Amino acid sequence: MSELRLQNLTIRYGKVTALDGLDLVIHDGELVTLLGPSGCGKTTTLRSVSGFLVPESGDIFIGERRVTDIPPERRGIGLVFQNYALWPHMTVHQNLAFGLEMRRLPASVIAEKVRAVLGVVKLEGFGDRFPRQLSGGQQQRVALARAVVLEPDILLLDEPLSNLDALLREQMRFEIAQIHKRLGITTMYVTHDQTEAMVISDRIVILSNGRIMQQGSPEEIYLRPANKFVAGFMGTTTFLSGTVSSVDGERCLIRTADGLELVGSGRGFTVGSRVSAAVRPESIELLSAAGSAATAAPGAVNRFETVVDRAFFTGELVDYQLRLGPIFLRARGDASRIHRAEERVSIRIDPARLPIVPDSDAA
Amino acid sequence: MSMTRILKKTLELVLLVLCILAVFGPMMSLVIWSVAQTWYWPSALPQKVGFDYWKQALGVQKSMAIGAVSIVPAFLLSLSIAVVTVVVGMALAVPAGYALAKYRIPFGGLILFLFLMPNAFPQQPIFVNLLQTFTRIGLAGTVPGVILLHILVGLVFGVWITSATFRSIPPSLEEAARSVGATAPKAFYRITLPLAAPGLLSSAVFVFITSLDEFTGTFFIGLPFVSTLPLTLYSSSGYNMQFASVIALILLVPSVAFMLLIQRVLKAEYVGGMG
Repeated sequence: MSELRLQNLTIRYGKVTALDGLDLVIHDGELVTLLGPSGCGKTTTLRSVSGFLVPESGDIFIGERRVTDIPPERRGIGLVFQNYALWPHMTVHQNLAFGLEMRRLPASVIAEKVRAVLGVVKLEGFGDRFPRQLSGGQQQRVALARAVVLEPDILLLDEPLSNLDALLREQMRFEIAQIHKRLGITTMYVTHDQTEAMVISDRIVILSNGRIMQQGSPEEIYLRPANKFVAGFMGTTTFLSGTVSSVDGERCLIRTADGLELVGSGRGFTVGSRVSAAVRPESIELLSAAGSAATAAPGAVNRFETVVDRAFFTGELVDYQLRLGPIFLRARGDASRIHRAEERVSIRIDPARLPIVPDSDAA
Repeated sequence: MSMTRILKKTLELVLLVLCILAVFGPMMSLVIWSVAQTWYWPSALPQKVGFDYWKQALGVQKSMAIGAVSIVPAFLLSLSIAVVTVVVGMALAVPAGYALAKYRIPFGGLILFLFLMPNAFPQQPIFVNLLQTFTRIGLAGTVPGVILLHILVGLVFGVWITSATFRSIPPSLEEAARSVGATAPKAFYRITLPLAAPGLLSSAVFVFITSLDEFTGTFFIGLPFVSTLPLTLYSSSGYNMQFASVIALILLVPSVAFMLLIQRVLKAEYVGGMG
């Protein structure tokens, strides 16, 4: 087990800069997710840590060891690929034993280690099967077992769940998190799926154009996005841009061009800052019809009268598109009370769940 | 067994017999011709059957009456040339195919295209040119010259099939091996090579058969000193149908044997987990 440290890593493909002076530390036993759209540099980072890409400048340390120029086979990393990359001509047992054979361990030790790791990934008794005889989920477990059986210092996972169907993906998220907790290997996890990142990570690093946009715990990233890019990446977001008209600690009152007044949360703004409020469907509370006891007095903070533009029944909930003057907002409602199109609905947005971000993409 | 089932089985059997006839029918006439010692029109089958031509061809008997000579030396020469062509050709084709598949080689597409050239044009002009060059450097009429020619002609299959084979193997398989501690050569021998084996062997079959069958180029480069089996078939059998049939059948033997061997190896590979 060790710490992984990337210092000022820069990688270019021809004229395209894939990584632009990246600095990142993954602490001993931590699971850090690199999250971002395709082309953001997350896979490039992973491939440079695994040793298949040589950085143009910068250094990579595993513990105290500088591994920048060391070939992949001597870095002590475990690697899990998106397409599993199991060797089709070998059985599960042979796939798992291969790396142990490379270390010239005695056969009895190899057999014992393979048996133990099959237990970890819940595939006891599958040793004699060939990869093609396994389901996608089982293949991914074998791939994970192959990466951890050597007890690597660093575990790297490259979009490991994106080839699985939705149900299995959800199940495997928890299993990977559990296995990580149990083995405590320092882990770098690459994905473009923000839900996956939220569930699995100790810390999330958001990348765009080869630079870190923000890093922090899932809650931090979600509730306090540093900029528009991060706020937009974490789910469906409608941005309402405006000007800060008063500041009270983390609470900012902003006024939009349409004269709307919103209270949201954000740090470091002063009166007059150009900002955007990131409105998310899940932070909009639909209030029952006017006159209900729970309804706050008219004019209360972040309370608006809207009209239902469209309603989509999805089973567990209802997806709404609401009209607020010229603005369209997405909201979610309880399936037990369905509002129809053109119905008037009052909404309220919790100021704590309404992030305010600078009105530009710069970090 | 129901009626329809019987009908179906019968139909299958009839189809099978027809297929076998279509494939082996023409070869049957070769077999009959090779043992026909007397065969006058309009008889459907030879009047006199015997192995005189076989004996003559195999060098067991030397009859001036039949005229044709032993083909054993030509056969052994052809076989040796084919074997050397396969070994040297594949030793060139495997690294070349691997490099063209895995690395960004400048003008890689052009290189592959060049290998196709000898087979994309009418071959005579190329071989006439080659004869001039070979004569100048003393390779014309020599066995090494003929081998070089066969490699040139066979390499198109060698390089194209091997590079396609290597390209079909995901690079992540080798990378996975590297990540668990295998050096690059070890990853190649333990992972890529076994997975590529079926493709490499079939390309070897093509090179082998190409060499064994090669006529035009060998005609220019080899004659009169190097006479392979196809050249012997042409030059010394003349209009002797029996003798031509014997040579044709003998030419089939190494190809079929090589094919059977490869098939056995391939089957083991597939049982071993390719599928």
